Amino acid sequence: MGGTNGTASGPVKTTPLYDSHVALGAKLVTFTGYAMPLHYPPGILKEHFHTRDSASLFDVSHMGQISIWGEGAAHALERLVPGDIIGLAPWSLRYSQFTNEDGGIRDDLMVTNAVGRLILVVNAACKDADFALLEAEFPGGLDIAMHPEKALIALQGPAAAAALARHAPAAAALKFMTAGAMKVAGADAMVSRSGYTGEDGFEISVYAESARHVWETLLGEPEVAPAGLGARDSLRLEAGLCLYGHDIDETTSPVEAGLLWSIGKRRRAEGGFPGAARIQDEIANGPKRRRVGILPDGRAPARENTEILNADGEAIGKITSGGFGPSAGGPVAMGYVDAAHGKIGTALGLMVRGKKLPATVVKLPFAAHRYHKDQEG
Amino acid sequence: MSDLKFSKDHEWVRAEDGSATVGISNYAQEQLGDVVYVELPEIGQKIVKGAQAAVVESVKAASEIYAPAGGEVTEINDALEDEPALVNGDPTGGGWFFKLKLDDEAELEPLMDDLAYQDYVDGLD
Repeated sequence: MGGTNGTASGPVKTTPLYDSHVALGAKLVTFTGYAMPLHYPPGILKEHFHTRDSASLFDVSHMGQISIWGEGAAHALERLVPGDIIGLAPWSLRYSQFTNEDGGIRDDLMVTNAVGRLILVVNAACKDADFALLEAEFPGGLDIAMHPEKALIALQGPAAAAALARHAPAAAALKFMTAGAMKVAGADAMVSRSGYTGEDGFEISVYAESARHVWETLLGEPEVAPAGLGARDSLRLEAGLCLYGHDIDETTSPVEAGLLWSIGKRRRAEGGFPGAARIQDEIANGPKRRRVGILPDGRAPARENTEILNADGEAIGKITSGGFGPSAGGPVAMGYVDAAHGKIGTALGLMVRGKKLPATVVKLPFAAHRYHKDQEG
Repeated sequence: MSDLKFSKDHEWVRAEDGSATVGISNYAQEQLGDVVYVELPEIGQKIVKGAQAAVVESVKAASEIYAPAGGEVTEINDALEDEPALVNGDPTGGGWFFKLKLDDEAELEPLMDDLAYQDYVDGLD
């Protein structure tokens, strides 16, 4: 048997919940320098289904939490991201990207207007570079802090609201993409109604010393079970959500990536963020390639870097995320194809181990989003 | 205790009258996690010892399965197409992969017996 995971060398960091993962019997892997649970004893499939059916608790404390405060913080951040930060309502959050001068993506992030400060959640692999970028680009008078003293716990799934409300009644009143400061199981926390699974759910930022208490309290709820990075990945793939370093990177623009929805009208018109020239050109004239959902026929998963062919057998792109979608009941993938082949229903070929397997361009997501929005009945 | 022999790559072999049934060990399926797809060789295909003979895919990754001995594929386990989880549930029984008509039974000699394989696996963690 080949192809097993290698072990990264060097000192491995741990999150404040490391002891809990060990006690729960997690299979730990090194991910962006942290020992993180890949899965717990039930395994990825069961954890995936439990999230879709009930509620799962994820430790995502490896992610970077950064706060910015001072006069003009929103204006300053808008010089680095194409999202509308000035117009972000109090206690709302928004998805955006740090773009580079070529219109590629340095990182993607969530920005919360926590009234008096902006709170950023960024990818673990990028957090030091993001922080350096903010420090270098920001004028005097603004303060920036990274928050290694905080843990981040995600509670995701249709039963998440009921389970969390028993320990944080105010959480139940939050709508999708809003946030609030509240106590969770008696601990100071900032809770947002957001996540990375396509399900209703919450991300809970707490001080490291309260993390284990909050984690174990929520795990004590009958609907809640722990889930690892494996299920997090299959859930976000089915939800059609981008994974940084795979579906988006320094070469892909937000327009190519299908993230134009995250760039508001004013920002599209005004620009004023790195790479605005390319991004505005792509908005006006269309991108050369685009990220699409790809459904392989048959049962064989097509993994990242699988070559995508057109009907004539010519290479037109690559899979950026691919695997088995447990809720989809078969293989699912996302990748970039040239603009001519991006239409829903286009027939493609995928080169898997030397064989050309048929596949079709499909609408994302593979599993319908079930966020807690106003208009939902 | 068992008539199985094991390779260092975690395949098992059950040899009988010049043919061999091949699968992956319980340790291997535990390491892989939930198996969602198995790509099997074709009947009639000739495989040399150590060559890639099958691919097993878990939710997370694809892994190659190598032929623990050379021979011609005489049978494949079609049941894995509809129920790849057999590899997890019954790795040394219903989760078998393929059968080979062996070129040379002596190729099986370096393989480990049950106890030697258990020692080998215990040394890996």
